[in-house]
Amino acid sequence: MLDRREFVARLLADRGELLVVTGLGTPTFDVNACGDHPLNFYIWGGMGCTAMVGLGLALARPDRRIAVITGDGDLLMGMGSLATIGAKQPRNLSIVALDNGHYGATGMQASATATGIDLAGTATSCRFRQVLSVSQIDETVDVRKILHSGQGPIFIHAKITANDPPRVIPSRDGQTIKQRFIEASAKHV
Amino acid sequence: MRPDASSGWPDLIYTVLKRNNVSQVGYVPDNGHARLIALCQQDNEITDVVMTTEAEGPGLVLGATLGGKRAALLMQSSGVGNSVNALTILKSCAVPCLLIVTMRGEFDDFNPWQVTMGAMTESTLKACGFLTYRVERAEDVEDIITAGCNMAYGNNLQVAVLLAQRLIKRSKGAH
Repeated sequence: MLDRREFVARLLADRGELLVVTGLGTPTFDVNACGDHPLNFYIWGGMGCTAMVGLGLALARPDRRIAVITGDGDLLMGMGSLATIGAKQPRNLSIVALDNGHYGATGMQASATATGIDLAGTATSCRFRQVLSVSQIDETVDVRKILHSGQGPIFIHAKITANDPPRVIPSRDGQTIKQRFIEASAKHV
Repeated sequence: MRPDASSGWPDLIYTVLKRNNVSQVGYVPDNGHARLIALCQQDNEITDVVMTTEAEGPGLVLGATLGGKRAALLMQSSGVGNSVNALTILKSCAVPCLLIVTMRGEFDDFNPWQVTMGAMTESTLKACGFLTYRVERAEDVEDIITAGCNMAYGNNLQVAVLLAQRLIKRSKGAH
């Protein structure tokens, strides 16, 4: 099992021009705990939509790499979007599932993945090109390489410990976060 | 199938979307949108995305906007009900969105199960922060879609254009 904060911090080390979209709740706090960044887009609502935000961005910006970092609850709510992504085959999109089998923001109730429902298997069925499972922190080095250079769609299934670390809260102003992201990511690389 | 303004209102919608540089179109298929979907699929400058549920649409539009592109959504009125909480992210982030809705359950529909959602579609969209325009006649399509594009993409607003079931039935005899 991974410590979520340590895993996300190692995954996003030296992130360069990577564009990051975070799922509402603890994944947003995990990413912000690495330091606020203008190439982060934090989602605060519409549970289940995070992967689709990543797809819309990936299709709009084929010149950039996009990482969606979200939880099992958000992905379960938008599970069909894995099929939508698989059908479009975006080469520049990675989905990072922080799976602790629980709904962290609401009191740590068990989610479907706690019973053995396998998000990585779902991603494979949905034609993700690379599906990786990671549960040891030392594996993060290789996962990070694939995040930056692998051919998508990529699904990284991170098995994390079910804990509730301190909330590191970024801006909740959707318009400000959006505008900052658009301006910071506008240049083509 | 070539876009041709004389061949009907779906072609006019397509022409207006092109004029406004809409480059992503997400949809869950509906009979009333069939020709417009086909036109979008055949256009190499438009990325068409078939979604498993209309609730995926707002996320797609937000992502396109973050990437500097304009996006529109096509769905049937039942899809509005499927999307409610997701639609709210658009207002939260002032994301420009044109949503084109083919109406069911409002005019000579053979399926009574469509009536409840059809009756609440417009008020639901208003409650989600959308401006709503209705199109009853084919001759109004170009003006109203144009106004919808101007309001959405010019002002970062969320605009829904409801295509009346009477309009769709007249032109296609569709259910």
